[in-house]
Amino acid sequence: MSRLTDANVAIANEIVARYPRPKSALIPLLHISQEQNGWVTDDAMKHIAELVGVTPAEVLGTASFYEMFKFEPVGKYVINICGTMSCALMGAEELLHHAEHRLGIKVGGTTPDGLFTIEHAECQAACTEAPCLQVNYRYRFRMTPSQLDALIDDLAAGNLAEEIPPHGTLARVRQHIPADRAVGAAPPETPGQEPVWMNGKAAL
Amino acid sequence: MDERKGCVVSGTYTHAPGFYAGDRPRIVTSRFEYADSHTIERYLATDGYKGLRASLARPAADVHEEVKNATVLGRGGAGFPAGTKWGLMPAGSFPRYLVVNGDESEPGTYKDRLLMERDPHQLIEGCLIACYAAGLTRCFLYIRGEMVTAQERVAAALNEAYAAGYVGRNILGSSFSVDIVLHWGAGAYVVGEETALIESLEGNRGMPRLKPPYFPAAIGLYGQPTIVNNVETLANLPWLARNGAEAYTAIGTQTSPGTRMVAVSGHVKRPGVYEIVNGTTTFRDLLYGDEFCQGIRNGNKLKAFVPGGGSAPWFLPDQLDLPFEASQVGPAGSMLGSGAIMVMDETTDIPHAALTLTRFYAHESCGKCTPCREGGTWLERILTRIVEGDGTDADLEQLVEVGKSICPGDFPHAASERLGLAAVPFPYKMTTICFVGPSAYAPVNSALTLFPEEFAARVTRRNRIPVTAVAGE
Ligand SMILES: Cc1cc2nc3c(=O)[nH]c(=O)nc-3n(C[C@H](O)[C@H](O)[C@H](O)COP(=O)(O)O)c2cc1C
Ligand code: SF4
Ligand code: FES
Repeated sequence: MSRLTDANVAIANEIVARYPRPKSALIPLLHISQEQNGWVTDDAMKHIAELVGVTPAEVLGTASFYEMFKFEPVGKYVINICGTMSCALMGAEELLHHAEHRLGIKVGGTTPDGLFTIEHAECQAACTEAPCLQVNYRYRFRMTPSQLDALIDDLAAGNLAEEIPPHGTLARVRQHIPADRAVGAAPPETPGQEPVWMNGKAAL
Repeated sequence: MDERKGCVVSGTYTHAPGFYAGDRPRIVTSRFEYADSHTIERYLATDGYKGLRASLARPAADVHEEVKNATVLGRGGAGFPAGTKWGLMPAGSFPRYLVVNGDESEPGTYKDRLLMERDPHQLIEGCLIACYAAGLTRCFLYIRGEMVTAQERVAAALNEAYAAGYVGRNILGSSFSVDIVLHWGAGAYVVGEETALIESLEGNRGMPRLKPPYFPAAIGLYGQPTIVNNVETLANLPWLARNGAEAYTAIGTQTSPGTRMVAVSGHVKRPGVYEIVNGTTTFRDLLYGDEFCQGIRNGNKLKAFVPGGGSAPWFLPDQLDLPFEASQVGPAGSMLGSGAIMVMDETTDIPHAALTLTRFYAHESCGKCTPCREGGTWLERILTRIVEGDGTDADLEQLVEVGKSICPGDFPHAASERLGLAAVPFPYKMTTICFVGPSAYAPVNSALTLFPEEFAARVTRRNRIPVTAVAGE
């Protein structure tokens, strides 16, 4: 179960073709598998290994380095509460404790209904909007405990389904390079060959 | 309706982030106030892609020269001039790559995400100008994994730019061709380090490489010459290409020309991201100025601030009058780093504040060097013990000892009139491959050196417990 679907294989092949070496596509492909299944399964890693021409162990070796890849099921909504300095100065720890209390789980845990996971996250590049959090990597800024309660209620009631897709889905706009515009591996990618526009003349 | 006021980006984003206020030069944030600043229509209506057109009308070497003359300092942390860096690639070695560092994750840093979300075309144009000038044949734009909106906006902008002929084969009908490939990470701070970024882009664990020999300009992506530049650095290029080096260096100082984006967070009245004039704006201007943060919250007193991202040694009110200028901040014991200021008021628990940074670096260690992998964790554990009231005097010595194993010799710190301390200037010696190890110690050293009494108070509480008590008595 949970090899990539045919539609995802087509997307994966398009991505692999953008890199001089296929292994570069590993992280993007792992994201696609996580989008499909909600987490990164062993079968998906085997399939990705086939697609980029490395061993499954190499796929796991890379994947396990990165925080965002989950190797067992997590909640439909993963709430990452930032605990680094700027957020901590503005009350992040209280927010985290409140979340634990409200959901009845500890950091890193998932609610029995499989709806919520809470994580202690590190700086999310929104420090001026502290304390902040992300739900499936969608931001909420300057959060108070009561706003967190309201957010959890909304998520549970399905009110935010449009803005916040289930865990695993990142950008919903994909890059698409049209074949007639792509430079690809044609020159100037030829080893040793200087690009034509470096001839001392203006290109236009 | 005023079309310039509706910048709602990612969720409930309704606050004034700072960039409206004041009448300062805007090099990289000039479009931020438009609700549609990320679209190609708005971009083209506001001088978009004119810098590219102007550049393509000149020989590549001239454009490179212009960037050199402007001294565009790298905005990713190290402050190395971009034009000079491009000149370090070995002649005749092709293909060469551009890797855009959009991994922004240094504690306190918040600017590259805005530049990608609000003005993705400006970044794309910057990439194109860099590729043209330095003869780079393919560009990989690496965005931090957790930044979904930035990924969507840049993807949409690239699709628009490809369709309109600004990216890809024979750009604007010229002899210049380059692909820009959007790539994103999956959550690892250390991947922001340039050699780790390259490892990650090759599909590996994001662990830094040893320099030498792995200077990216010589041996980078796929072993080829590679330029790694920060998002903000590249975002400066379209303005520079339109207005020239002379106009660029007319802003700021000779050694730090142009502007910088600075995020001020923590205990100020109006936290925000501000584009400031480089080299002359002081920390006092930023923290107390009317057009910036307007002072400390609740009228409180300033206790300390981190001037350049989580890795930077802390400053005290004593250093408020220093300008944003590396040649003055370095000797004063810190660094400007990634343009991130975190402000602590008088109510701040200093050991606890230090812990929130040390924990970050301990957590983010890639594990390649022992002093960082072990030392960071030790620092975190000892500090946690102290913060929780279980520390002893020996723990304070142990903190310093672990710090010395990562950074032998004196560690930089600010001067303190209150304590009669002189500054120890930047930089430090280190036993690790990259700066993550030393960064775990930097907050500990700042806190211990500048606020020794707060640690003393924490451990005496513990010392009152009679450790020799015999059970059953
Ligand atoms: C641990 C570590 C993390 C870094 N993180 C970033 C980052 O998130 N973004 C960035 O642009 N530079 C980061 N840097 C700096 C890069 O290594 C590199 O110097 C920079 O991207 C070069 O671009 P510039 O010359 O345009 O500043 C980091 C450096 C270190 C040591
Ligand atoms: S200093 Fe730390 S993060 Fe950097 S290479 Fe060494 S172990 Fe990895
Ligand atoms: S410290 Fe929380 S977003 Fe930066």
